Amino acid sequence: MTPLLSADGITVRYGSLAALDGVDLRIAAGQRHALIGPNGAGKTTLLDVLAGSTRAGGGRVLLGGRDVTRLGPAARARRGIGRIHQRPAVWSTLTVRENVLVAALPRAVRPGRWHPSARRRAAERTADALLARVGLTGIAAVPAGHLAHGQRRQVEIAVGLAGRPRLLLLDEPAAGLSAVEVGWLLEFLRALPRAVAVLLVEHRLDLVYALCDTVTVLRDGRTLATGTPAEIRASGPVREAYAEGVA
Amino acid sequence: MRQGAVRALRRGVAAAVVAALVLAPWTVDDYTVALLARTLALGLVAVSVGLLTGVAGLPTLGQTAPYAAGAYASAVVGSHLSDVGLVHLGVAAAAGAALAAVTVPLVVSARGVVLLMITLAVGELAVTVVGRWRSVTGGTDGLAGVPASRPLWGMPLLATDRARYLYTLVVVAALVGVVLLVLRTRVGLLLRAGRDDEARLRASGHRVPVHVAGVHVAAGAVAGAAGSLLVVAQQFVSPADFGFDTSALLLLGVVIGGTVSVGGALIGAALVVAARDWLFGVLPGQAPLVLGLAFVAAVHLLPDGGRRPPVRGRLLPAVPARRAAQDRPTPTGVRA
Ligand SMILES: Nc1ncnc2c1ncn2[C@@H]1O[C@H](COP(=O)(O)OP(=O)(O)OP(=O)(O)O)[C@@H](O)[C@H]1O
Ligand SMILES: [Mg+2]
Repeated sequence: MTPLLSADGITVRYGSLAALDGVDLRIAAGQRHALIGPNGAGKTTLLDVLAGSTRAGGGRVLLGGRDVTRLGPAARARRGIGRIHQRPAVWSTLTVRENVLVAALPRAVRPGRWHPSARRRAAERTADALLARVGLTGIAAVPAGHLAHGQRRQVEIAVGLAGRPRLLLLDEPAAGLSAVEVGWLLEFLRALPRAVAVLLVEHRLDLVYALCDTVTVLRDGRTLATGTPAEIRASGPVREAYAEGVA
Repeated sequence: MRQGAVRALRRGVAAAVVAALVLAPWTVDDYTVALLARTLALGLVAVSVGLLTGVAGLPTLGQTAPYAAGAYASAVVGSHLSDVGLVHLGVAAAAGAALAAVTVPLVVSARGVVLLMITLAVGELAVTVVGRWRSVTGGTDGLAGVPASRPLWGMPLLATDRARYLYTLVVVAALVGVVLLVLRTRVGLLLRAGRDDEARLRASGHRVPVHVAGVHVAAGAVAGAAGSLLVVAQQFVSPADFGFDTSALLLLGVVIGGTVSVGGALIGAALVVAARDWLFGVLPGQAPLVLGLAFVAAVHLLPDGGRRPPVRGRLLPAVPARRAAQDRPTPTGVRA
């Protein structure tokens, strides 16, 4: 079966620095895949390449077997890639509900009968359902720019899901969250339907092990290992490399 | 509570302004009425500037170009083809939109100060073309003696300053109403989202270049229609109406009027024009300097002053920050 996403030989250079140096990655539909590694390993850069916001110097990206290497971020989003940024990106003058609504618009299903606002209505239904699921209904009318960090993260998660992605890219979603918020996040991600595959970049290994079935370790722009959480935990060199980086 | 009070205050101000505008031709002399009509036309251009700069975050100094295109198209049609104002308006809006469409490739990927410079060049180029193309535009002498028009087929000609003013007022009110209505749909939502964070909008699957091209062409049509009103108001048009000082006045008016409100843009532009005409009498030759100082003061002293202007991209060049550092979660705002 073709994987949902496959990236082959991804290379990104910034001057003399190789942020990514021939990285391969394969994600099956519905998989929970973690990407770990020390600071500066190239994790965010790899997500940028997969989402299309950074153009790779070499390599190619296939989504559902189709080559999307030359497509920009908007086209890839419409083909089912959702993105949660390392630093929560929300539309700050829009309300929470408007944020989710805007994100729902491009892939809102239009009902058969044509009506000027049919698409908006469909997007509104998606948005309201998502707000309830993420637990934001109570602050739906608050401008997103007024929210605390944890709530912004929640908004961006709703925004990321509003486009009905097949693959959700999450960049350190637990960073800066309180213990309670991290608990909520874990429960929420666990409850995600299997129609959504997840690629999770996370420093907190407890989260990674609790959620993911496959782990890829990245270091200095290269893949060190890919395996089940148990295999990764058992692998000495991986532990050393990782501990060294985060120490 | 406070928001409600602010909204009530804004409603009150808007109602007072509308009442004053309607009653004006019966309370002031003909000269002032003609001046008000010209100011209204310029106010409509300010609305197009506010649409781009304030709502969409795409600052512009080039709306004089579609304004001029609309004015000359309207004057030429009025002199040779039709005396119906609605026809002039349609032709002028189409001319403004067409001119904006031609410049879309120049502006679609530029942001911030680069965009300001490109639009400034477009505006200047338009004035130069108008000055040179004597056979159509009358060159720097302009087109005088544009015949009077009638609003619709069968209606009387606009023969007095009062009639011309009221026609201008009705058209401006109608077009501002249309702009405000459209901004209440998802179009307004998407423009504001693009102003807030364009990358996030792309990452959600929106075709941002289409939004930018669309608002640019729409603003061109509004400015073009304003050009037609200018011709009605002063029955004369020359390159002097579209110089850099006009662009600068418009941007100043929009900044003063509150960059995010379309009605505020109109009022701001009117205030700035009134200030200019008054200063012109008090301090001949010094008006540009005073207005320049007013601009600096407005940017720094108004409630939004000092904060990052709500535009896409940077207005001032900055030292490129390393992205990895900037990407870290902000520790401020973390809840305990
Ligand atoms: N735009 C850029 N210009 C220059 N260098 C960059 C740029 N973006 C990333 N880098 C460099 O590329 C390397 C990989 O960065 P990246 O942000 O992908 O790391 P990361 O694994 O996400 O790290 P972290 O855990 O700190 O988020 C780093 O050395 C970083 O400094
Ligand atoms: Mg990172």
